[in-house]
Amino acid sequence: MKRFKTLLIAAAAFAAFSSVAMADIVFGTDAAPYPPFTSQNAAGEWEGWEYEAMLGVCAEMNEKCTMVPIAWDGIIPALLEKKFDGIFGSMAMNDKRKLQINFSEMYYDSTTVVIGPKGGEKNFTPETFNGKTIGIQAGTSNANYVEKYYVPTGAIVKAYKGQDEVNADLLAGRIDFIVADAVALKPFLDSSEGACCDVLGAVPMDVAILGNGVGVGLRKEDTALLEKINAAIKAFANKGGFEALSKKYKLEGLMLTAAKG
Amino acid sequence: MRWEWLPKYLPNLMFGLGITLQILVISVVVGFLLAIPVGLSQVNGSRFSKTIAGGFCSYIRGTPLLTQIWLLYYGIGSLFPLIPGMRENYMWLIRLDAYWYVLLAFTLSFAGYEAEIMRGAFLSVPKGELEAARAFGMNSGKVLRRVWLPSAVLKVLPTLAGEVIGQLKSTPLIFTVPVMDMMSVTSKIRQDTYLTYEPLLFLAAIYLILTFFITRLFAYFESYIPVRR
Repeated sequence: MKRFKTLLIAAAAFAAFSSVAMADIVFGTDAAPYPPFTSQNAAGEWEGWEYEAMLGVCAEMNEKCTMVPIAWDGIIPALLEKKFDGIFGSMAMNDKRKLQINFSEMYYDSTTVVIGPKGGEKNFTPETFNGKTIGIQAGTSNANYVEKYYVPTGAIVKAYKGQDEVNADLLAGRIDFIVADAVALKPFLDSSEGACCDVLGAVPMDVAILGNGVGVGLRKEDTALLEKINAAIKAFANKGGFEALSKKYKLEGLMLTAAKG
Repeated sequence: MRWEWLPKYLPNLMFGLGITLQILVISVVVGFLLAIPVGLSQVNGSRFSKTIAGGFCSYIRGTPLLTQIWLLYYGIGSLFPLIPGMRENYMWLIRLDAYWYVLLAFTLSFAGYEAEIMRGAFLSVPKGELEAARAFGMNSGKVLRRVWLPSAVLKVLPTLAGEVIGQLKSTPLIFTVPVMDMMSVTSKIRQDTYLTYEPLLFLAAIYLILTFFITRLFAYFESYIPVRR
């Protein structure tokens, strides 16, 4: 009996402790660093435009939110398995994902661009990539775009786990081009290593694949949370919150954020 | 359970299986052949070759395979831009597929582990046998070929099955570099279908079947080679 009591106390203590540690809303994001949006510094603290946007949106909802890192290729199944409450991770709202999950209103939008060596062909067509190697991050809408438009015209695709590794192999000369989000590649192109390369131009739009911007991904049944987040995004936008963050991270003009009003 | 994706992705899975098996078989065969001189020089070599071989084994056994793969692939890749004239003259080397880096990493890894085992096996051959061989007038090369090496390999054989299975189970690490092994194909299926359980279950089943065949293959070898216990 005594042992049972001790066990009970231990269980109660554990329950109390774990409920304290749990945040109200938990958002999942790519475990691989995705600067300037979401990345963890050496101390393991989150930073970036998107992390601060999440804090801003959560402040509007009066909720305490935390961010958890999840491997990008399994992030939607993990959401459906209720490992966390939503995806706050630069997820493009494309048609395929909309079949599985709901999206909030767009909170930012960025263009998909081709990055290559400085002075490369700016007026590229799908035929430009014939026999060339394109690096992409696996599981992204940009990857699907390359598969649909550039693989049929003879491009060779190399799929990497994280954007960092794609950039590293462009530097090494192992790939000719990167197809990625303009904003996400900005820190790399601004760095001394990235001096080799430049944005050659935006790819022609395909909304079905690339999606109409980035939204918070939520389970289909969580409609109350969806409405709450939509209202909070609107409120944060009206305050100029997103714009202030874009200014802070020097991303003005590179991305569209949720409109005011 | 949903399996309707299986027919569509079966060719990709077979391709991935081929890559995994290629890397497994080549790394085991070449790695074992490398392990013999490395193991021998730890036992019988000069001080210099003992240090080199011992250092190699310590590095391989003392660092994670993932680190070794990344050091080879991304580490060497990061050196390319620093070498003048590299892009002009050695583009083929730059463009060398990640497959070759992975193959090298897995071969060296298997060689390192196996060399340590071979070292023990060489040492465990009774001195009397070697002395008897020498007494018959064999030179040291013949002693090695006819007595020392066969005896050592026979001692290693029962552990080899386990080592090969261990190597097989390391192959999903290929997935961390841009090579389409079975794990990468499974990951692609997961991204396309948003299914988690079924593709992983299928992958686990393939690994289990492979393990079964490796076990049987080595059991067959052992039954045909007399091993004194």
